[in-house]
Amino acid sequence: MACFLDSVVSSAVVKVASKIVEKKENKREIEVSLDGQTVDTVKKIPFSRKLGWLSKLQMGGAVLLAFEHVWHGEVVPWFPFLTATVNHADTMEMLHEMATTGLAMVGLTTAVWVGMLLVSSAIEKKAVKEAKALNK
Amino acid sequence: MCLLTAIFAAVITTAIWYKNSPESKMNLGILCWMYWGASIMWLVDAIAEYIELGAEYFKPEPKEMLNDLFLGLSVVALALVIWIVTLLIKDPKGVIKAKLFRKK
Repeated sequence: MACFLDSVVSSAVVKVASKIVEKKENKREIEVSLDGQTVDTVKKIPFSRKLGWLSKLQMGGAVLLAFEHVWHGEVVPWFPFLTATVNHADTMEMLHEMATTGLAMVGLTTAVWVGMLLVSSAIEKKAVKEAKALNK
Repeated sequence: MCLLTAIFAAVITTAIWYKNSPESKMNLGILCWMYWGASIMWLVDAIAEYIELGAEYFKPEPKEMLNDLFLGLSVVALALVIWIVTLLIKDPKGVIKAKLFRKK
């Protein structure tokens, strides 16, 4: 009914957070090996960029889901935009869906993002380790 | 069907993005984010429906399947349109600028 709105709000909050973090973080340089043979000096992946991944994932999905809601007639291009807000029973059902499915969508996208953080951190550590081995 | 269409689109786009990275200026990242985001969200929808319907979830009516496929393909098309418009606006290769400002 309007489950994609949770993701829109979450994406906007994460985007703002990433902008705030970006202003505060210092761009540290590290030595890594990208191919296992040479050593390169690169900027450490800033956390603001990682937050950007979550924001893009949630907003990207929400845009396509919004289209699905238009397809099913749940979202219309005129006021009040959400057809479920016309009567009380439908509004309650919509809010219930937002509190269950919508939040689950935000939760799963965040869980996938945490997985991406772990993988990228492991890749980064491996590249630094290889660079250290090559420098010896 | 929607979920399947989005997953196929996400995997194919990601494979093309990986093959052409890091030199590619085609801005395929935006497509990957949209398809993967939608896939994850529709997966949640599918799980919720499975909890409600049980095994019946895997036996949709042909008409329902066809409509879902139509929706899935429309979603893929919408994402492609968003991607191509973004690409032309960002114009990373300067093609549009070169066309607009060409010397006589």
